Amino acid sequence: MSVPSISLRRQSSGAAFRGGAFYALLVFSVTIGFVLLVTLLVDVFIKGVPYLDGVLFFDPPSAIPERAGARPAILGTIFLMGLLLVMAVPIGVGTALYLEEYASRDAWYNRLLDLNIQNLAAVPSIVYGILGLAFLVRGLGLGRVTLAGAMILTLLVLPIVIVASREAIRAVPDSIRQGAYALGATQWQVIRRQVLPAAIPGIATGSILALARAIGETAPLILVGALTYVAFNPTLTGPFTALPIQIYQWIARPQEEFRLLAAAAIIVLLAILLTMNAFAIWLRNRYQRRW
Amino acid sequence: MASQDATLGAQPLRLRAEGRRWSEVVVKAVLGLCALVSVATTVGIVVALLEPSIEFFREIPIGEFFTSERWAPLFANPGYGIRPLVVGTLVVTFWACVVAMPFGLGSAIYLSEYARPRVRATLKPALEVLAGIPTVVYGFFALTFFTPLLEDLGLGVGTFNVLSAGLVMGVMLIPTVASISEDAMSAVPQDLRDGAYGLGASRLQVSTRIVVPAAVSGIVAAYVLGISRAIGETMIVLIAAGQLARITFNPLEQMSTMTAFIAATGTGDVPTGSIAYKTIFAVGLTLFCMTLVMNLIAIRFVRKYREIYE
Repeated sequence: MSVPSISLRRQSSGAAFRGGAFYALLVFSVTIGFVLLVTLLVDVFIKGVPYLDGVLFFDPPSAIPERAGARPAILGTIFLMGLLLVMAVPIGVGTALYLEEYASRDAWYNRLLDLNIQNLAAVPSIVYGILGLAFLVRGLGLGRVTLAGAMILTLLVLPIVIVASREAIRAVPDSIRQGAYALGATQWQVIRRQVLPAAIPGIATGSILALARAIGETAPLILVGALTYVAFNPTLTGPFTALPIQIYQWIARPQEEFRLLAAAAIIVLLAILLTMNAFAIWLRNRYQRRW
Repeated sequence: MASQDATLGAQPLRLRAEGRRWSEVVVKAVLGLCALVSVATTVGIVVALLEPSIEFFREIPIGEFFTSERWAPLFANPGYGIRPLVVGTLVVTFWACVVAMPFGLGSAIYLSEYARPRVRATLKPALEVLAGIPTVVYGFFALTFFTPLLEDLGLGVGTFNVLSAGLVMGVMLIPTVASISEDAMSAVPQDLRDGAYGLGASRLQVSTRIVVPAAVSGIVAAYVLGISRAIGETMIVLIAAGQLARITFNPLEQMSTMTAFIAATGTGDVPTGSIAYKTIFAVGLTLFCMTLVMNLIAIRFVRKYREIYE
């Protein structure tokens, strides 16, 4: 009597092949991004390194590539960073505290607030530029100044700061709040002395990442008038430029030398961003607590 | 004694502090004001876009805006049909999706179903770096590296072309699509996978027939948000795709998009109140409405998978 042999092998060879092919496809999907990233970095380095010198850091822009630098742009970016830190972080953390600690989750206006922030996070950055053009530059008559640029970038990254801060605040266990209340603390005392200190690492990480995002933005700054020839150091209420804008200006010129100069400025910009990102990750790993 | 008891009964002990603590009230009000900033932003955007747009449509009939096929608002013989810009936007978006959708989903499946925890913990943040590179840098890369590369490959592309801008944008969007899709896949209960494995399914079958269908609302959300990002992306298009507004579906040629037009027109000293100035807002309003619809759809789908599994 012949017993039909039952194969206990996991798969037929066809299925194994399909599984392998699928796996290869997935690995390819993940790799393609990194291939592009590495190519981009190598390309920018090869083009930009020869121009990465003192002229770039300390000289104003010029029509002659050899003498053109990015000092006003670098200073402008540092200016913007400082202004963002004082504007975006307090407002963002304040909003997060209101939503997490004070607002009742079921009230319709709080749900609408939530939806509003989620949508704002996905509004194209150039639309913020239009807002800046209409209200800050023309409407308020602020003009094309550093402050207007900083305000628009603040509104742009506010949703990122809010979402990150909310997550950090939510991660603080309720038992800590209850304990403080039991000792007679008021709500604000609980927030200031217990919740905020515990949530600071998460808030700081999120804020730095948001700042990094803002520093790389170009489109909204174009609309608030940063795309002008600025040969002097920026002031709060004067015309300004920033690194991404300077990069765009150099790319837009037809001469090859200016493109190489743009590559050098890109190296500076990426160095700033990578430092900020690395710092944020370090901060998270160093101070984050698991409750 | 009895009378005292009676008074105690009449006036229960108050555990609250006498009077209101004004500092507490002030703090709550200040925090509430912070929250109002984001509301004011939305209102501001809508008002900023609507007012000049209404004035624009007083001068240019809305029918011409949507049906005319000629966009040349700054010319002596002006044309005000937005269709070339919309078509340009959609063509760039299409090529970005060709890259971002399959590879974003592939990355998500790999991270959620195949990668070991340690590999995943390093790959995920590394992938996020892609999303953190400024778009002006991607524009530079598309113009000075990718377009020449396409040329070397024998494609007859111009200095400015839609294909290069779209493909580079697609790679930039991979982390966006991957991150939300992976989030949804991780929310699929392990029981479903175990059940399928128990029935003898392979990893390929579990991934494609269990996890992907179960996470489909999250994947849709990721795709819709990716499209929204592609529609609103400015710098890559402005730098690498050119600024010529015309209707063509040939990706080897240059085209302008809504965002590129806004950025290119908003730079100059366009006098306030001129028709050219108002076109910025009319185009901006169209762009805002398109992305708003996409965003609301995406938010809805994200909520859906969160409701099901969390």
